[in-house]
Amino acid sequence: MGVEESLGNNFITTSLDTIVNWSRAGSLWPLTFGLACCAIEMMATGAARFDLDRFGVLFRASPRQADVIIVAGTVTKKMVPVIKTVYEQMPEPRYVIAMGACACSGGIFDTYSTVQGVDEFLPVDVYIPGCPPRPEGLLYGIMKLQEQIKRERNSFGAAIGVGERIAG
Amino acid sequence: MSVQAAVDKLKAKFGDTVLETSEFRGETTVVVKKEEIVAVCAFLKGDLGFNFLTDLCGVDYMGQAPRFMVVYQLYNIGTHMRLRIKAPVEESDTTIDTVSGVWATANWLERECWDLMGITFNNHPDLRRILLPEDWEGHPLRKDYPVQGPDREPYQGRVQ
Amino acid sequence: MANSETMTINMGPQHPSTHGVLQLVLELDGEIIRKATPHIGFLHRGVEKLSEHRTYHQVLPLTDRLDYLAPMHNNLGYVLAVEKLLGITDEIPERAQVIRVLFAELTRLKSHLVWLACHALDIGAMTVFIYAFREREHIMNIYEKVSGARMTTNYFRVGGLSADLPDGLEQEIREFVNSMPGHIATYEGLLTGNKIWQKRIQGVGVISAEDAIDLGVTGPSLRGSGVDWDLRRDQPYSGYENYDFNVIVEDGCDTWARYVARLKEMHESCKIIHQALDKLKPGPVLADAPKIVLPAKKDTVNTIEGLIHHFKIISEGFKPEVGEVYVGVENPKGEVGFYLVSDGSPRPYRMKIRPASFINLQALPKMCEGSMIADVVAVIGTLDIVLGEIDR
Repeated sequence: MGVEESLGNNFITTSLDTIVNWSRAGSLWPLTFGLACCAIEMMATGAARFDLDRFGVLFRASPRQADVIIVAGTVTKKMVPVIKTVYEQMPEPRYVIAMGACACSGGIFDTYSTVQGVDEFLPVDVYIPGCPPRPEGLLYGIMKLQEQIKRERNSFGAAIGVGERIAG
Repeated sequence: MSVQAAVDKLKAKFGDTVLETSEFRGETTVVVKKEEIVAVCAFLKGDLGFNFLTDLCGVDYMGQAPRFMVVYQLYNIGTHMRLRIKAPVEESDTTIDTVSGVWATANWLERECWDLMGITFNNHPDLRRILLPEDWEGHPLRKDYPVQGPDREPYQGRVQ
Repeated sequence: MANSETMTINMGPQHPSTHGVLQLVLELDGEIIRKATPHIGFLHRGVEKLSEHRTYHQVLPLTDRLDYLAPMHNNLGYVLAVEKLLGITDEIPERAQVIRVLFAELTRLKSHLVWLACHALDIGAMTVFIYAFREREHIMNIYEKVSGARMTTNYFRVGGLSADLPDGLEQEIREFVNSMPGHIATYEGLLTGNKIWQKRIQGVGVISAEDAIDLGVTGPSLRGSGVDWDLRRDQPYSGYENYDFNVIVEDGCDTWARYVARLKEMHESCKIIHQALDKLKPGPVLADAPKIVLPAKKDTVNTIEGLIHHFKIISEGFKPEVGEVYVGVENPKGEVGFYLVSDGSPRPYRMKIRPASFINLQALPKMCEGSMIADVVAVIGTLDIVLGEIDR
C-alpha cells in the first residue's frame, strides 16, 4: 500500500499551502497608483534598468486585478476616501506597501492637510523608508512581502472557504 | 516705456486711487484702493500692455490694519516688464472684486486665494474651494491657523 | 427618439493616465466632450504654510518636492529669489552659476524625457517609455554623484552650491550629452513617422496664442502656440545671457506642435550643456558671505569664526531685510516663480509659489471641449502637468 515505487525526477511533493503561497508570491500584481514623487521612482523600478517583471510583478491599472497596493507618496486628507475605496475594491488576499517617508509617517509634511502615515487607515504590511526610496529599496520591500506571503498558513483552506488565512 | 513711465500714467489716470508706490531690488510695487481694482487692472492690460497675469495671491499681515493684501504680479510679454499691484483688504470686510474678467488666469488663482486665505472675490464665476475638500473649515494660510491643523496637539519638540 | 441628455463620467484621481491624482469630471454627448471640470488638491501638502515655519535654508528641500520631475530647476528659482532678497545676486561665483545652468538644462532633459515617456505610454507607445527611462537613469546617476540623491537632490544653496563637482563627472556628462541626439533620433524614429501617433495628436488640443496668454499658459505649451517668449532669453538669470541657444517656437497650436517643440528643446538643452562644460573654470562654488553661507566643514571644526557662523546659521538662520521679491524661472513646464515676503525675521513671512502646471492645467477645458473623449489623454500628456506642483 502507499507509494510503492519512486515517483521519478519529474515530481515534487509539497503541501497545498506552500504551492498557493508560492504562486501568490511569484505573481504579485501591484496597482498603478502613484501619488507623488515616489510614484516616479516606482515607474523607474518598473522600467528597463530595474525591471520589476523579473519578479513576476506586473502593474495593473484596475484595483480588481491587483494583489498589492503600493502607496507611493504623500497621502492627504482629501485623498483618504479615494484610497479607501480603491483598497476595498481589491480582492482578497490583498497587501499594502507604504513606500516613502510620507506614506510611512507623513515625512517632512507635518501640516494641516497631510495624513501622518497611511497606517492610520490601512493595514500596512511593508514600510519602505526614504524620500523617495531608491528602486533597490522598493525591490527589497517587495521581496520582504514575498517572504511574508510564503510564511502564511491555511492559505489553501481559506481559498476554498475552510477557516481563515493566518498571516505570516 | 519704462516701468516708471507706466506707474506715472497710472497715477495720472487714477490719482488718489494709487495709495503708494515703492521700489525694492529693482521691482516696482504699486498699492491701489481695492474699490478700483478692476478698473486699474483693465487699464493696465488695455492701455499699458500688461497682458499677462503671472500670479495672484493674498498675504496676511496679522496685527496690522488693513490685515490682508491681495497681490497681483503682472507681466508685459512685449516689453518684458514686471509690475506688482497690491490692494489692501480689511479684516472686517474681506471682499474684493474679481479680475477674472480681465485675465482668465485669475479664475483659479482667486479660487485658491479664497480657499487658503479666505478672501471673497465678488462676481467671481465659480468661487469654490479648489485645493482643500469642500467641507473644510477655516483658511489655512491665515496666520492664526496652526500649521498642523486645529485638531492636533502642537509638536512639543524632542526634549521632554 | 433622439436623446439629448449628456452623460457624466469621472476620470481619476486613480487613473493610470492622469499623471498622478488629477480628477476630471467629463460631461459627454456620445463621445464628444461638452464640458471638462478638473478637480485638484488631492496632493495639497501645505508647502506654503510649512515654509513660513522654517528658516530660508530649511525651505530648500521642500522646493525639490514641488515639481519632482525637475527638482534642480525649482531649487534654482528659490535660491535666486532668496539671493535677490538678500541682495547678493551679483556675488555668486562664476563657477557656481555655470554649474547651475548645467544642471538646470540636465533637469530639462530629464523632465522632457518623463514627459515623452508618459505621453507616449498614455497613447499606446510602450517602447518609448522604456527607452526614455533608460536615458533618464544616466541623468539620475549624474545627480547622484553630485548630491547623493537620485530625485530630490537639494544640491543648490543660497549663495552657491552645496559641493563642487566630483572628479571625472564633466567627462561623464559630456559623453552622455554626446549620446543624447542619437537617442532623440530613436524616439523620433519610433514616433514622428508613426501614422497612429500622428493621427492621435495632430489637430488635437488646439489653443490659440490669444487664449493661451489670457489663460496664463507658459513654457513649451505657450511656445507651441507661436508665442516667442522664454525667460531664459528675455529675463536671463544665472548667466543665461552668455549662452547661445534658440528659443523654439512652433505655430501649430496643437499637441503635435508642442511635441515637436519639446523635442527640439531637448537638442537646445544639449547645446547649452556643451557650452556650460566649455565655460567651467576652477574656482569657488560658494559666495563669500559668511553670515549666509555655511562654512566649509574644515573651518567649522578648526576655527572659532567658522564654528560661530555654523552655529548661528543652523540654530537661527540669516535675516534678510524687510521687503518682497518675485523671481520667475523657465522651468521645463513653464514659468515657476517664487514670491517671497520678508519681515526681517529668519523665516519667510509669506512664500507664494507660482506653479506652472497649475496655471497650464486651467487651459485643459478649453483644449478638450468639443473633441473626442480619447483626446483627453493626449491633452493631459501634452500639458505636461505634475501634481506635486499643482497642489503644492
